[in-house]
Amino acid sequence: MAIAEWRQKLQSGEVSSLELVNDQLKRIKLVDKSLHAYLQLEEDNARSVAKKIDEARSSGIDLPPLAGVPFAIKDNLCTKGVRTTCSSKMLENFIPPYESTVTKRLWNSGAVLIGKTNLDEFAMGSSTETSAFGATSNPWDLSRVPGGSSGGSAAAVASGLCMAALGSDTGGSIRQPASFCGVVGLKPTYGRVSRWGLVAFASSLDQVGPFTTNVRDAAEVLQVISGPDPLDSTCLDEPVPNFSEFLNDSIKGIRIGLIKECFNQEGISTEVKDSVLKAANQFKSLGAELVDVSCPRFNDGIATYYVIAPSEASANLARYDGVKYGFRAEDDESLTQMTSLTRANAFGSEVQRRILIGTYALSAGYFDAYYKKAQQVRTLISQDFLKCFKKVDLLLTPTSPTTAFKAGSHDNDPLSMYLSDLLTIPANLAGLPAISLPCGFDNLGLPIGLQLIGNVLGEQRLLQAAYQYEQAANVMKNCPEGNSIPR
Amino acid sequence: MSRSNADWQAVIGLETHVQLGTKSKIFTSASTTFGDAPNTHIDPVVCGLPGTLPVLNKKVLEYAVKTSMALNLNIARHSKFDRKQYFYPDLPKNYQISQFDEPIAEEGWIDVEVAEKGKETYLKRIGIERLHMEEDAGKLVHAGSDRLAGSTYSLVDYNRAGVALAEIVSKPDLRTGREASEYASEIRRIVRYLGVSDGNMQEGSLRCDVNISVRRSSDAPFGTKVEIKNMNSFSAIQKACDYEIERQINLYETGESVAQETRLWDEGKQLTKSMRSKEGSSDYRYFPDPDLGPIEVSIELQQKWKSELPELPANKRKRYAKDFGLSVYDARVLTDESSMAEYFESVVSQGVDPKIASNWITGDLVAYVNANKKDFLKLPFKPEELAEMIQLITDGKISGKIAKEILPGLLETGGSPKTFVEKNGLSMISDSKLIESIIREILEAHPKEVEAFRGGKTKLQGFFVGQLMKKTSGKVDPKLANQILLDQLRL
Repeated sequence: MAIAEWRQKLQSGEVSSLELVNDQLKRIKLVDKSLHAYLQLEEDNARSVAKKIDEARSSGIDLPPLAGVPFAIKDNLCTKGVRTTCSSKMLENFIPPYESTVTKRLWNSGAVLIGKTNLDEFAMGSSTETSAFGATSNPWDLSRVPGGSSGGSAAAVASGLCMAALGSDTGGSIRQPASFCGVVGLKPTYGRVSRWGLVAFASSLDQVGPFTTNVRDAAEVLQVISGPDPLDSTCLDEPVPNFSEFLNDSIKGIRIGLIKECFNQEGISTEVKDSVLKAANQFKSLGAELVDVSCPRFNDGIATYYVIAPSEASANLARYDGVKYGFRAEDDESLTQMTSLTRANAFGSEVQRRILIGTYALSAGYFDAYYKKAQQVRTLISQDFLKCFKKVDLLLTPTSPTTAFKAGSHDNDPLSMYLSDLLTIPANLAGLPAISLPCGFDNLGLPIGLQLIGNVLGEQRLLQAAYQYEQAANVMKNCPEGNSIPR
Repeated sequence: MSRSNADWQAVIGLETHVQLGTKSKIFTSASTTFGDAPNTHIDPVVCGLPGTLPVLNKKVLEYAVKTSMALNLNIARHSKFDRKQYFYPDLPKNYQISQFDEPIAEEGWIDVEVAEKGKETYLKRIGIERLHMEEDAGKLVHAGSDRLAGSTYSLVDYNRAGVALAEIVSKPDLRTGREASEYASEIRRIVRYLGVSDGNMQEGSLRCDVNISVRRSSDAPFGTKVEIKNMNSFSAIQKACDYEIERQINLYETGESVAQETRLWDEGKQLTKSMRSKEGSSDYRYFPDPDLGPIEVSIELQQKWKSELPELPANKRKRYAKDFGLSVYDARVLTDESSMAEYFESVVSQGVDPKIASNWITGDLVAYVNANKKDFLKLPFKPEELAEMIQLITDGKISGKIAKEILPGLLETGGSPKTFVEKNGLSMISDSKLIESIIREILEAHPKEVEAFRGGKTKLQGFFVGQLMKKTSGKVDPKLANQILLDQLRL
């Protein structure tokens, strides 16, 4: 059910907020045993908020835009009084005494917290397999991963275990799972949305964004969570436009760039490539102009990212030392040993790997060769994009080189999984808004996603093109029968 | 101990940490109040809880820039914050937000007046390398024993964590312990004049680390540098430097070498002792803090802040000597605190002699203010009232002795000295006829002494003056009294 449809049902009294919440909780209990999208449910809170919304409705009070919309929140967003674990043993029992800005804005808009969703530990991963509390499955094929790191949120939205969800995207952590799970995932411009309360992975790349079943909902959620925040100095002091304003407008004349370097990549499956090129033709038939563009350093993004993100992470995760909160190793003989054991026992291997990479890259003697060089390449990548946006309005790529892969398939070679972020990382490095939406299915019936990348603060245009495509292509109507999605 | 020659030269640089006196911390609104119960001035940002973010306190930037201007530093057009990483439990995030390669200000100087007993006072320009902003760390309290060595556990207090610091790094221009302490006290004077810090060394709002080495002559290469910490007063800085200079020279003279290390000043034993070796120096893995944007101070804002700067102590000293003809010493004392200087200038503006005003202020008034921990600007006894009292003396309306007697009361209550003197009948007797008649009475009462005086025993003049003062409670101008007395005795 889309948000607008729900709004109509709520206002007409056809379905009460409490009924919807109860329905969702019932469905979660039925389905989530096999998915493990949620780490914890907030049943009592959800019901009591729903009751208040119903009371407000019956007393004729104007309802806020997201009234009664059941939300799943990635468990790296701090929720006051509600455990926020980052899927790590380190924060297994951490209860924040503050609310993240994005969730505060959701609750102020009437949204209802259903539960906190699973992720790769500290958002480090592309499969939600590094969670300390067990992996999440892909609703389309339970033997496959939902993508990551926001796999729990993507799976929850895909299987109707909430109406919308929030995730965070550092290198593709919203868009790649959205692609794997056949939903819409949006990463806003860096600074469009506040990071206050988002547990930092790589601060210069992290951005919160929505998972929804359709583009209009993505625009509605983005509307609520965007805007300046005095608690985050990197949050842009820019007015928030009406993201839904131009959704119905034709995209005739809009120039869409196809990045040469991206379609030439060997690692991209033919099925994915064909599906996205078919989508390109759909855009063309909607009046858009297709332009071949070059982004020479696009494929350097992954190497750049895997220096910058771990470098920042190595500092961001230094605070987990067993002194103030979180896990503490008890068999300690000295302070240093306590800290070492705490970190050795409570961080998973992927987190430890990235802390080590980052510590190394920032060390004296290596800083110039790694961190500094990576920052220089990052600037060049941004400049490449700038040049592209002089010629085109949007860029079109696949979201992920492949469809959802089998759980465990990258166990023996963690670096090979890094490649699944090849196409999403550049937008993070350049701080650009990007959206993933379904564009087809592979021969196994698994969803394929396309990615549209917009210019800085170009979310309106991005959403307009995505919406127009979505309406015309009607991809989900052609959903193959007999897939295992537990709807 | 004997010396090979007297050409040894010490090379000293100071790193001064000044706590900026903003009400809230550098990156969050938690209070900076000192001395309260542990962990009462903390919040999620101070404690480095997950998901929290720093936001620069604009007042901190203002204070840092103003201090930089007072130290003649160039304000950077573009500056940034970096993360300095090391694990220690007093550092909540295990990195300190500081400034590494792009500090807010660089390349400045101050003129320091170096005064030492028995030596000629001289002026020396000390270069300043840079000033940067950073957050303070918390404090560890070692418990379970009376002594650090035996403590079984440690507690951490984050009240101080996140308090804004300006670190001021001097160039290695200092040569003696006295120069070092004079430099440090000038920094303190400047930050107090600016009102950006209380500069309280006991409470740690001003902390100095000394870097010191010695070399055989002024053109020899620098010797091995030793860092000294833990000096709680200017005199400790001076003594620690002098001790360390001697120690290092002696090591070289006896063929030993100086180890690169951090030493602590032991105030009780009056010596420095080794704390830790600095070999294999720490790698802080600095990198730009992605949570904080670039710092840019517009020219307009710089001009505004510049226009708000007060007159600084060095200029005041110069002006007092030149315009008021005060001694170097008096000018120094008067300008030590801006409140005292302001008081002095108000008194002088009433038209009284600056030297006399200076004597009263640097004498009786300072004694009173210091003994009672008062502030010059909050004294009930206003500058105009002191000026009035000085005028009464100058005009011969009261004696200096009377003034000294009535001053303590006036300092407590304030009020017009003129009215006070009149009300209490303390005015000088200026009627010479009246003085003549009193003297006549005295002479009539002491015929023997009069006889002796006239016989040549002129020392008895003092006796008669004494009698006169006794009778009039000292309200007669001694000059006038002597004149009338002599006239009468020589009749």
